[in-house]
Amino acid sequence: MSDKIIQITEMNKWFGDFQVLKNINLEVEKNKKIVVCGPSGSGKSTLIRCINRLEEHQQGSIIVDGNELTEDTKDIEKIRAEVGMVFQQFNLFPHLSILDNCTLAPIWVKKMPKKEAEDLALQHLEKVQIADQANKYPGQLSGGQQQRCAIARALCMEPKIMLFDEPTSALDPEMIKEVLDAMVNLAKAGMTMIVVTHEMGFAKEVADEVIFMDEGMIVERAETKEFFANPKSDRTKLFLSQIL
Amino acid sequence: MNKLNFLQPDKNNIYTYLYTGVILVVLSIFIVFFNSFFNKDIVSFLPGPISFFLPLILGFIGLHLIRIDYSGYKFLDAINKNINTNNFNAFLSLLIVFVIIKSLPPLLSWFILDANIAGDSKDVCTGSGACWTYIKIWFNRFMYGMYPNPEQWRINLSFIALAFLGCVGFFATEKFKKYLTLYYVVVYPIIAFFFIFFFISGGPIFFDFSYGIIAAIISIILGFFIPSKFKMYYFIIVPITIYILLKYVFFYEELIELGKLEALEWVETGAWGGLSLTFIVSFFCLIFCFPIGLFLSLGRRSDLPIIKYISIGMIEFWRGVPLITVLFMSSVMFPMFLPEDMFIDKLVRVIIAISLFEAAYVAEVIRGGLQALPRGQYDAAKSLGMGYWKMHILVILPQALKLVIPGIANTFLALVKDTPLIFVVGLLEIVGMLNLAKTNPEWLGFAMEGYVFASVLFFIICYAMSKYSYNLEQKYKTER
Repeated sequence: MSDKIIQITEMNKWFGDFQVLKNINLEVEKNKKIVVCGPSGSGKSTLIRCINRLEEHQQGSIIVDGNELTEDTKDIEKIRAEVGMVFQQFNLFPHLSILDNCTLAPIWVKKMPKKEAEDLALQHLEKVQIADQANKYPGQLSGGQQQRCAIARALCMEPKIMLFDEPTSALDPEMIKEVLDAMVNLAKAGMTMIVVTHEMGFAKEVADEVIFMDEGMIVERAETKEFFANPKSDRTKLFLSQIL
Repeated sequence: MNKLNFLQPDKNNIYTYLYTGVILVVLSIFIVFFNSFFNKDIVSFLPGPISFFLPLILGFIGLHLIRIDYSGYKFLDAINKNINTNNFNAFLSLLIVFVIIKSLPPLLSWFILDANIAGDSKDVCTGSGACWTYIKIWFNRFMYGMYPNPEQWRINLSFIALAFLGCVGFFATEKFKKYLTLYYVVVYPIIAFFFIFFFISGGPIFFDFSYGIIAAIISIILGFFIPSKFKMYYFIIVPITIYILLKYVFFYEELIELGKLEALEWVETGAWGGLSLTFIVSFFCLIFCFPIGLFLSLGRRSDLPIIKYISIGMIEFWRGVPLITVLFMSSVMFPMFLPEDMFIDKLVRVIIAISLFEAAYVAEVIRGGLQALPRGQYDAAKSLGMGYWKMHILVILPQALKLVIPGIANTFLALVKDTPLIFVVGLLEIVGMLNLAKTNPEWLGFAMEGYVFASVLFFIICYAMSKYSYNLEQKYKTER
């Protein structure tokens, strides 16, 4: 049991009358890289936002690192601090410099001394290769640089799990590669990752497993090679034929 | 020589057009100038209507002639671009210039040339201009109201001290920068309150004030030697201890004796007035209405229904009633609800009333800023493990407040200009004092000078505030 870092059982979620997630069962083991794909509106983003409890689920249970996500807010902040998240729109804090973006949460949430937090931030910025931009503001950076900064910001909290919500969808093609490179390096370093993406190349390169979702359900879950070589469901075949 | 076409000036023969045009424009301005300053119509030999419109016609033709695109002369191009783009704009520009020239002589003569400032009674004001003697004689009253003359140094000293303490932020070194917010939000208002309440108000209570100041100074000096770990407790416990020691142990004997005396004469708030009261009221209302408004705006967006509906109720109530009735109620109705022996000073009641009133407006302005932030900012802050307060203080409010600086400045300016309304409860700040002075039988008939004076003062205050808000805007501008 101990290596199951995320356990979702019988989870249902509605937005008003509309059921976005239907009967989701998902277990993720430690250090596994999982890619979630599927057509838009299929509930991929909502699923990983639920893992961070940015959205609340109405039925079923989500257990992250041994803690069940419930109404109790105190717990939620502790769990969120251990789950890093990267957004489609970067969501950097525009009023802070890149360095301050990275050190804000370690200093105020983890109570880390400022010096230590800055060293840590520079380390992570170095890893995503934007350490030289540390004193600029987000508005002065390109999209790709901003997204890499967002990755570094999440890493500064030293999370156990990283969630990526379509991290490359808002970027132009040339910048996608630099962000994907940063993610590949992260994967190779052994991070547990759940990535919602349409980049099948990335999936093939690093993912252990691929999940295909449609209309709020997990249609297919398979080892990466298996998934691309012989998908079982017709819906998956159709999707793959269109995207590849 | 190229053919001259006066309907379509162009770059050929540029000097011909230029000289003719400039001469015509200068001539037109000269006619108006002569007419206005020397009261002589030098074109009176022409029939009436023509002589009246002649400057306009001449200037109009002149401007038409110098309207040459890309002439190569920077100055000419600048004029053409800014005030002379087409016939209609040329016409308007001329009209504005003429109106300014026309209105200058009467203004000059009223304000300066025919005005009186010498002497110290109404009799010297014989000219047709303004009587600045009136302002000069009443100046003291306009500044300090009915505050007794020998005690006015207390007001001056307080204001100078507060201004000095307010500037501390500019001199703070890097090490103390992080405490500045705390200082301005908590410490400074308290110091200001103590100054105004104990120093300007005076009375025996002044001793408590001086003990408090001594206690604060000693504890701050000692504070440098205390490890930062204990500082929070230290700054609560030590000042209170020193204060109690001073009051009840060391100076106990003296206090009993001196308590009967008054170190500073007590001046009741009813006697305060003039510009200093304007400052006091605006200052405290600004300080109090901002945090109240901030909490109301957060409360209105809260998920907790009780807080949410209380905030909505507060905001809608205060926005829905006129300020003048609020002030009236604060002075007439409110004391009726208090227990018999309880008394709250009139000025305090007025400040609370205005603060609550303006807080409702501030709340809605800030809410506008909060709503302008994308949801992603909330998501990002939450995903980093921040709770409600950390998220708001570190991420949301710095951005939202930056967005609403113009709106807040707007509200604050309105607040400053609303302060004259406190006359309804009998407090006379500068406009109130003006009204009092103009009904003085010895100085009847100088209302105009008074209002001009007050307008100038208000303009200076408000313009300084709006400039400051603009500077803040520039200072916190970062590209999004």
